[in-house]
Amino acid sequence: MTRKILFLCLLVFALPVNASTINIFACEPEWAALAEEIGGQKISLFTATTAFQDPHHIEARPSLLAKARNSDLLFCTGADLEAGWLPILLRKSGNGRIQSGETGHLMAADHVDLLEARQKVDRSMGDVHARGNPHIHLDPRNIVPIADELTKRLMQIDPANESYYESRLSDFSKRWKKALVKWEKQSAAIRRMPIVVHHRSWVYLENWLALREVATLEPKPGVPPTSKHLANVVSTLKNEPARAVIRSPYQDTRASQWLEKQTGITAILLPYTVGGTEAAKDLFTLFDDTISRLQKAIN
Amino acid sequence: MNLSKSFAVCAAAMASAFGYDAALAETKLEPSLIIDLRAASYSQDPEEYSLPGFQLGGEGGLSDEGLSLGHTEFSMSGIFADKIEGKFTAVIHHHMNEVEADMEELWFQTIGLGNGLTFKGGRFFSDIGYLNNKHPHMWDFADEPLVYRAMLGGQYNDDGLQASWIAPTETYWRIGVEAFKGAQYPFTSIGNHNLDTYTIFTKIGGDIDESQSWQLGLSYLQGDSLLRQSGHDHEHEDEHADEDHAGEEHEPAFSGDSEIIGLDFVYKWAPGGNPRNRSFVFQMEYFHQRENGRVDMLHEDVVEESTSYKGRQNGAYLQGVYKFHPHWKAGLRYDRLFSDNSGDADILEEAGLASDYDPYRASAMLAWLPNEYTTLRFQYNYDKSRPETDHQFLVQFVYSFGAHGAHQF
Repeated sequence: MTRKILFLCLLVFALPVNASTINIFACEPEWAALAEEIGGQKISLFTATTAFQDPHHIEARPSLLAKARNSDLLFCTGADLEAGWLPILLRKSGNGRIQSGETGHLMAADHVDLLEARQKVDRSMGDVHARGNPHIHLDPRNIVPIADELTKRLMQIDPANESYYESRLSDFSKRWKKALVKWEKQSAAIRRMPIVVHHRSWVYLENWLALREVATLEPKPGVPPTSKHLANVVSTLKNEPARAVIRSPYQDTRASQWLEKQTGITAILLPYTVGGTEAAKDLFTLFDDTISRLQKAIN
Repeated sequence: MNLSKSFAVCAAAMASAFGYDAALAETKLEPSLIIDLRAASYSQDPEEYSLPGFQLGGEGGLSDEGLSLGHTEFSMSGIFADKIEGKFTAVIHHHMNEVEADMEELWFQTIGLGNGLTFKGGRFFSDIGYLNNKHPHMWDFADEPLVYRAMLGGQYNDDGLQASWIAPTETYWRIGVEAFKGAQYPFTSIGNHNLDTYTIFTKIGGDIDESQSWQLGLSYLQGDSLLRQSGHDHEHEDEHADEDHAGEEHEPAFSGDSEIIGLDFVYKWAPGGNPRNRSFVFQMEYFHQRENGRVDMLHEDVVEESTSYKGRQNGAYLQGVYKFHPHWKAGLRYDRLFSDNSGDADILEEAGLASDYDPYRASAMLAWLPNEYTTLRFQYNYDKSRPETDHQFLVQFVYSFGAHGAHQF
């Protein structure tokens, strides 16, 4: 009897071991895209959110728990972007590999400098994160150290394929450096372009391309636009006109379209992440499309 | 802060037992406070509330008429050395026009043990059913479903141990077992407490597409009772009974074994996977209870009459809640209970366990959620718990301080 039970236990615990590929749980599409660049054929990938989902407000659904339980590497933004759901997944998954401090716990924000870090955070400020603004992937220069760290982790988790990951990283880095030069050239015309944004999810893009954020549609981060605040935005724009009103695919279109009607400033959708527009198929085309949409708005 | 100190000491003991002596240096306790204020108006006397065919126990019953303190909670939680999570919750609430304080939770749980395994110990809410382990401020209605009131005394929490396992499958599948002391309703604080009350539960769930998800649960609960009476503090109730009725009242008490089988199902729809903007949640639970033993009629703690008793009870509710705007939710709920109890007809009649009436209730609610921390809820119940119609109006205000709100499924 005992032997039978032992055998059953062994059988059950042997099931999750899938030697052929590394299971990666990516919280957002941009990290899934990066994991694909470095991991190639050696990984199997699950992306917890789409470009049309607000990563702040996801529920810890059963499907996400099942995936978290079986993953070898958790690849997320961190800096509290996923504070509403990721801690629940970690605690309930019963998976030791992806817990904080382990090799399988990779938070991209831990490997770049964050903008807008604050000494003190309270509720009157809206949905702000003490550690800084978490929308780091929109500065393509941030991708470089994150890709390095990801490669390190993959090599530790799967040492048999060390050279595979290393060569994919060096190939990716070469292409990325070239693209950075190209984007910086292309963006000459849009530098210092004044813009209105829906949510403060564009600070890294603004920082990179030296865009000027004139106003925000949300009165406070994470608080939906109010008519009173929008009226203030209209009067700000009279003194300081902007060239485009920018929103991401998961943000409500109504506020930016209303502002377009009132002021004649073009409302545009930027992909924000991979999959946000049809053209933004991977990390490279994400920035290609972002720049081309900004260029169109200025012409 | 004596409570948080003793909590930290417990945590340290646990941590060192598990070999994490350095744990406390990294420990960060997060306090949280949930304020729950409510106002209620009833067209029938709430003191006379009963559910014919069922014994009302634990915290089952109506909240006080007029303004009162609902389930106001203070809790401390923390993670020790990234390996053990602990939580302590104290509750203050109004019950029978008195303010009461209770230690509702004090538990420790392993984190990331591996292979999908998690162990928990202490005082905690059992994971049976869907609503049972959720704190009342997370519910979509201001009061519990009738079946929770009738069979679980509101919610079942007790001192015990839990082991659970998530299977390595594509579809979420969790199974767990719990062993409890059996000192809380539907069991009794008298009698032996050798962790002989147990539960088994399983949950399966997944996504249909990016907008739709579901979860199905099955649970089983089994335990014994000795002289189980209505009300969660029966000595105190007896005093009242003596004063009010000059010793004429007979209190029914159940002794025997109880088992409950439960089925729960939840379906959620959120367009594009953004539940913050718009969502619809359908939820239903069904419980079947079987009790075998005897019912004694007590008078001043002396048994005056007895009957052998076989309780066969069913209860269910279903509800739909539509979030039609980021700040507004509206919902409907329907509750129904059935019983088919057998024993001496006269004694069951006197004990309120006669099965000649099936209680039901229909509820409508509207909630305003100006931000993540605040809820203002208006609710109307067309309550037929008793044959007389009770028009119940409830207003509930919930505000939470502290830890970031968790978006649990």
